[in-house]
Amino acid sequence: MLGLKKTDATLLIVVTILTVFAPFILNPFPTSSAMAQFNAGYPDLMQRFIIFGIFAIGFNLLFGLTGYLSFGHAAFLGIGSYAVVWMYKLLDYNVLPGLVLAVIVSGIFALAIGFISLRRSGIYFSILTLAFAQMMFAISYSDLIGRFLGTTVTNGETGLQVYTSDPQILLSAGETAPHFLGLVEMRSTYTLDAGAWSFDFNAGYYFCVVFMLMAFYLAIRIFRSPFGLMLRAVKSNQQRMSYTGLNTKPYTLAVFVISGMYAGLAGGLLAAMDPLAGAERMQWTASGEVVLMTILGGAGTLIGPVLGAGFIKYFENIFSKINDNVLHQWFAFMPDGLEDFVVFVIHPFIGKGWHLTLGLMFMMVVIFLPGGLVEGGQRIGRIFRRKDRNSSDAELDAAKQRNTPPAE
Amino acid sequence: MSKSNFTRRGLLKTGAVAGAAGLSLPTYLRADGHSGFTNAPTGSTVTLGFNVPQTGPYAEEGLDELRAQELAVQHLNGEGDGGMMNTFSSKALQGNGILGKKVEFVTGDTQTKSDAARASAKSMIEKDGAIMINGGSSSGVAVAVQGLCQEAGVIFMAGLTHSNDTTGKDKKANGFRHFFNAYMSGAALAPVLQNAYGADRRAYHLTADYTWGWTQQASMQAATEAMGWQTVNNVLTPLASTDFSSYIAPVLNSGADVLVLNHYGGNMVNSLTNAVQFGLQDKMVNGKQFEIVVPLYSELMAAGAGANVQGVFGSMNWNWQLQDEGSKAFTQSFGEKYGRPPSNSAHTCYVQTLLYADAVERAGTFNPCGVVEALEGFEFDGLGNGPVLYRADDHQCFKDVLVMKGTENPTNQYDTLEIVEVTPRAQVEYEPDHPMFAGGDLGACNPGA
Repeated sequence: MLGLKKTDATLLIVVTILTVFAPFILNPFPTSSAMAQFNAGYPDLMQRFIIFGIFAIGFNLLFGLTGYLSFGHAAFLGIGSYAVVWMYKLLDYNVLPGLVLAVIVSGIFALAIGFISLRRSGIYFSILTLAFAQMMFAISYSDLIGRFLGTTVTNGETGLQVYTSDPQILLSAGETAPHFLGLVEMRSTYTLDAGAWSFDFNAGYYFCVVFMLMAFYLAIRIFRSPFGLMLRAVKSNQQRMSYTGLNTKPYTLAVFVISGMYAGLAGGLLAAMDPLAGAERMQWTASGEVVLMTILGGAGTLIGPVLGAGFIKYFENIFSKINDNVLHQWFAFMPDGLEDFVVFVIHPFIGKGWHLTLGLMFMMVVIFLPGGLVEGGQRIGRIFRRKDRNSSDAELDAAKQRNTPPAE
Repeated sequence: MSKSNFTRRGLLKTGAVAGAAGLSLPTYLRADGHSGFTNAPTGSTVTLGFNVPQTGPYAEEGLDELRAQELAVQHLNGEGDGGMMNTFSSKALQGNGILGKKVEFVTGDTQTKSDAARASAKSMIEKDGAIMINGGSSSGVAVAVQGLCQEAGVIFMAGLTHSNDTTGKDKKANGFRHFFNAYMSGAALAPVLQNAYGADRRAYHLTADYTWGWTQQASMQAATEAMGWQTVNNVLTPLASTDFSSYIAPVLNSGADVLVLNHYGGNMVNSLTNAVQFGLQDKMVNGKQFEIVVPLYSELMAAGAGANVQGVFGSMNWNWQLQDEGSKAFTQSFGEKYGRPPSNSAHTCYVQTLLYADAVERAGTFNPCGVVEALEGFEFDGLGNGPVLYRADDHQCFKDVLVMKGTENPTNQYDTLEIVEVTPRAQVEYEPDHPMFAGGDLGACNPGA
């Protein structure tokens, strides 16, 4: 289907189903129950899952296929956001021109940065990309371009926002929020109440899902293309490729630009959901985050980065909101002394300690599942398929082959 | 490559099923607009959102804000000793929650990043049904969250935010600021500086290179030049700097005799420490003793800088050493619960929570537009700052400003700053269209859905 192999088509369909029904899947607990704390099915977080999924898919095209570890990818995320907000300020709240511009501008920046950075590989490449990203962060955080031109370009640390005094030449009356061609506002949400449960269906979320599925499809095609094979060859031995007379630079530069455009699209979508572009989006922590997402989920796999992105965003948004009060509610059934003790033990891992919990999880994954969450899934899958290992002949061979690590 | 097996009949079938499902859906749909505003509380409780930095450079401030907010919720629900509710001039609050609904709260981590703060506030609004967002410890975050609350149709009661822009260029109808601002710091400090150091001084500014730093520097420069000081130079320092030695060295050769550090938080602790280590305060320039000024103080910063703050002037919104009834009640209440005096960021968050609750009681509704109306032009007393006005033009509170000095001989670990002067409100007031605040538009209140 759509030029995909059967397994890939299945994967795409599974991802489609998961994303379309995410409002149900992410809200498994009744709204009034104590477990509702763990529900993640509200529009903002669902949008973030998808958007950072796109970001990580793009990053994985570069890192997973060529092995080039870019430590400055967040720069493109920020550029995408600024592009969209500038389109809001100049034209109107339609997200489409901004998204197109976001992808183009981030592509241009990726071309420039990639052209220079890709002259080196390994740690030097990482440092170069990090340096560029930090430069761009500093420029936007203090709005150096704006100060040079005597106007506002990034609005510094406050972040770029839309003001009523902006030109907005295409603005129609009553237009106050980002929308798609005037058809639907990104923030409009239908809430479905079904008994004790409540599910949110957000227009912006499904808008992002469409882009994510396109991005995912494109990523599969790149993974399976001769171009993708060439990139994998770069990862396995770039020197040997050069000796055989192949110039690898065009390939790596192309994938760097594609990856930058993915990041630009993700950044643009962030601003499409929420009309603000902050400089923090470009900070090195944001660049580090996408590296974590990809490694956590499984670098070089198709679905891994998306899982990793969801995992990290879930911790950031759900665990940081659990406070002692909530804990006391949960453990209210225990005797007083024991309750206080349990809360005392859990306290460092929640609220302000969410980084600690995430760090521990990351260590666990890297130590016990070097292939990321995807490897975890494969191991579980193997348990259920163990039956055929006890059989004979061809089926045993097949089972053995399945247990060897995948090529990608 | 597998063959596509879509058939016309198959498509029609799926379409019919999907259509039927689509038609049956709306019967479940909740009419979101029934209450007329976002997150109208329906049950016996109302949820407030406390969005403070729990990680990052201002985490200390954030945690202190959280303590104060929890205390405010207790007092609103009639637990504890009532704190400043007893001294508050408005008596609308009964200690039975807000409009009879028990107050609950959710907390979030802003990480002192606009993005994270907005994500956290959005989750409070979308997931937890928060009707008001309070807290924060940086102007960038305050402006970002204020914009969000305006769009979402909830009230934003700003925490610690000192930039002129929060109620200037970036003011919003749904946002309110109790904390003072950079202009007020300048206006309050200038006369004290004139008395202490004379009208003939040459000032050298080191300024944190971001919105707050710029407005703080501009305000200080304007206020000090108005009384006769000269400004020798203004050097912008990157926000991420931790070592300011290279910025301090040129000060000595510049002919300046006062150093103004427009820094906050960790920046201020480091730059002040560097300046003191260079022995600036022991130098004689132009026949005068060299002096250092830190326009915005906080207890937590003063504690971080230790002995280096001794004798250095600065300004504050409130201090626990104030002796009016409100301040005493709050400090006692806070001290009993947490065993330490409250910081001024804790005070402003506590007061903002009470003010919101009171406005709802007086308006008789949680509707943001009703609350805005109740808060605009509201005059009150007994919350630790003397008589205060919430100005309708820009939603900024006008009240006395404290000029502080680092204690020369501290007696305990909390005795870091002493009150030099309480600058009366009239002296720090300004017109709503003052050039430093111009360019913004309050807009109309937004009740959301």
